Amino acid sequence: MEMPIPDPAVVARKARLVERLAAVLPADAVIHDDAETRAYECDALTAYRCPPLVVVLPASTREVSEVLRICHDEGVPVVPRGSGTSLAGGALPTADCVLLGVARMTGVLEVDYPNRFVRVQAGRTNLSVSGAVEEEDFFYAPDPSSQLACAIAGNVAMNSGGAHCLKYGVTTNNLLGVTMVLMDGTVVELGGAHLDAGGLDLLGVVCGSEGQLGVVTEATLRILRKPEGARPVLMGFDSNEVAGACVADIIRAGILPVAIEFMDRPCIRACEAFAGAGYPDCEALLIVEVQGSDAEIDAQLARIMAIARTHDPVELRESESEEESARIWLGRKSAFGAMGQINDYMCLDGTIPVSSLPFVLKRIGEMSAEYGLDVANVFHAGDGNMHPLILFDANRPGDLETCEAFGAEILKLCVEVGGCLTGEHGVGIEKRDLMLHQYAGADLEAQMAVKDVFDPDWLLNPAKVFPLSVSDTRRTGRRTGRQTAA
Amino acid sequence: MEPRSEAELAEAVAGAAGPLRVVGGGTRPIGAPVAGDPLPVAGLAGVSLYEPGALTLVAAAGTPLAEVEQTLAVEGQRLGFEPMDHRPLLGRAGVPTIGGVAAANVSGPRRIQAGACRDSLLGVRFVDGRGAVLKNGGRVMKNVTGYDLVKLMAGAFGTLGVLTEVAFKVQAIPETEATLVATGLDAGEAVDRLSAALGSPYDITGAAHLGPGCGAPEARTVVRIEGLADSVRYRAGALKSALGGDWQVIGDEASAALWREVRDVAPFAAGDAPVWRVSVKPSDGPVLVAVLEQAGLAKRAILDWGGGLVWVEVDDDPGDGGAAAIRDELARLGGHATLVRGSDALRARVPVFQPEPAPLAAISAGLRAKFDPRGILNPGLMGRC
Repeated sequence: MEMPIPDPAVVARKARLVERLAAVLPADAVIHDDAETRAYECDALTAYRCPPLVVVLPASTREVSEVLRICHDEGVPVVPRGSGTSLAGGALPTADCVLLGVARMTGVLEVDYPNRFVRVQAGRTNLSVSGAVEEEDFFYAPDPSSQLACAIAGNVAMNSGGAHCLKYGVTTNNLLGVTMVLMDGTVVELGGAHLDAGGLDLLGVVCGSEGQLGVVTEATLRILRKPEGARPVLMGFDSNEVAGACVADIIRAGILPVAIEFMDRPCIRACEAFAGAGYPDCEALLIVEVQGSDAEIDAQLARIMAIARTHDPVELRESESEEESARIWLGRKSAFGAMGQINDYMCLDGTIPVSSLPFVLKRIGEMSAEYGLDVANVFHAGDGNMHPLILFDANRPGDLETCEAFGAEILKLCVEVGGCLTGEHGVGIEKRDLMLHQYAGADLEAQMAVKDVFDPDWLLNPAKVFPLSVSDTRRTGRRTGRQTAA
Repeated sequence: MEPRSEAELAEAVAGAAGPLRVVGGGTRPIGAPVAGDPLPVAGLAGVSLYEPGALTLVAAAGTPLAEVEQTLAVEGQRLGFEPMDHRPLLGRAGVPTIGGVAAANVSGPRRIQAGACRDSLLGVRFVDGRGAVLKNGGRVMKNVTGYDLVKLMAGAFGTLGVLTEVAFKVQAIPETEATLVATGLDAGEAVDRLSAALGSPYDITGAAHLGPGCGAPEARTVVRIEGLADSVRYRAGALKSALGGDWQVIGDEASAALWREVRDVAPFAAGDAPVWRVSVKPSDGPVLVAVLEQAGLAKRAILDWGGGLVWVEVDDDPGDGGAAAIRDELARLGGHATLVRGSDALRARVPVFQPEPAPLAAISAGLRAKFDPRGILNPGLMGRC
């Protein structure tokens, strides 16, 4: 993976930089010892590592502003970090950067049930936002798989979603406002507790900009009342095509489940071996969940089951109890762990039009044979967000490279059928160099022009999202060299 | 000059010698008046892709909204965000286009549950101020590939680029709907009730309060539920008990007609008094209305979005159409106000959109300079400096 060559002039100024940062932050909030900065050398994309020059852990918007003002002044790149759960290398440091972690900013600043919002500091974890409002039976809807650990800051940076976003949308649909610090230290408010933007929708473009436009320190989030109940149904089919057709028929029938999860045979087998959830041995498995009162759930599930029966399922199991619901979800929720037990794996994140599902699965199967690596597929079928898991052996020379090449082919296929490179993980460094497969050069220019306005010196998370070749001239002009990261 | 294709439109923009006024159906003359040659987009029309099983529709920007809605209705689907028709309020004829809906980020009462127009907008193609054809987003529900310029284009009123194609997420038309109606509540009580309804587990898709004189002598507070027939019956009953008080339940066409009235702000039609559209947090809706009433400014008010969207008709024009009073109050409450109806002179005189703090104004101006370096796309419409 190519990364820019660290700026030796910045590295040479480390002592002065540390001194200036220590003047505005508490002593334990500036980490510059080589052994300690190593703890921040990667995020959840652990294949690539590089300790940052300095780590800072500010506790307030004011402290973030001070840090950015100094870094701006010193011309030092800043890599913002939430909880470091990015699967795309969004928080991978460079050797000449200040890594700005928001993990100490976890407060709940305001809870307003009549107006249905909560205002939190951006380092607070996703699940603990729901935790802060559950006493009144409210919750925060976006539910990335990492929700126990991931920070709202990262959710905003990556526009995160999850299994239930078929009904509730992703972060951008549930984000009302942010307090954000621009690279020069200016603090701005975008949006608020009200709906929609007054002028240009700057909040809309900040959400999902991977920490490149500003550092979000506080977020105002829409909260929703929990539904009365939820119940899943498990369906097994003889082929991926039939399962795909069943998904389309459910959606066309006007029923809106909160989740439609799809697993293919390799994934079913692995999950079953790992979790023993009682899944049938079949080609494709769907978990469809609906919400509401008992009567509403009965009515919706009756329709869904009737649709499923027209597709000759090999298994059709409606949950009869809380325990059974938990078992139906158990296998799906264990999928990543199950695959990890079998082998090393690379988790992809492409999105396709739902109608292309059977074709894409067939092609992935063919490519699996060509590359000689097994693939298991698990994904959010309602919205076409696929997570092919490519199995490889990290200890076998060349396997990682083959796996990466195979992964890139799958993502290109997603784009070819009308989908996109990433549905929820983000571009980061992982998919940076594939961007030109989805967008023309002019389209990327338009996106980079937005960064030019927010961060004219390209100091915030500069080597992410855009292929280095297209961002070279913008990333300071004084540093256009590249090297291969370990 | 009436472009029939994206290429022709790009050529027209690239070759423009001066300012352009982008015209869709001409039904939403919102913003400061623009002096410029008309650039019609109605020649770019037609639904190019519709996948009911994937809940996705792609159409050229000039496609009439009615055509989009008819196409969807054949498959029992609709645009979830329930776009308002501005024609009654603004006294316009013409044909609303899907591109106009996106450019103005037009959302109706269901915004509280289904999200705004921008939340359903999956992808755009547009022509920037240099005449370059650009795209962003796509036609899938989840997409975090690069920056979300789709959101930026929604509500930019053609000042960053001329939309040529839009892709939308759509939803199924539910089996039935029902609306709970209470009469005679004051705005404060009404918003308390609406908040209680929206804080219930009964999945409310409309929550509004029409003040006295807004289509009926007495105030009406209305809450909508949609879905399968049995479910709607159950939730309407449960909600009625939960809210207490005297609620009448209306269904089917009566309910649909009522929500069209709310959606289009129909009680304010056929007039020329200035009308403001204000977005605040719901509990501040009645506060704002009370302040304007005390100042002798507000004639009538309709509160949608559970109280958070205030449509206020200003009776006594003090010269600025109430701009100073409304914006002073918003400085305290937070939120933003747009002058939707006003004479050309008034819209030229006062900032139609909420003035931004200096750092944000600089960013907005910076974005305009990048996307439209010659300053020819609807110049001044959103209050460009």
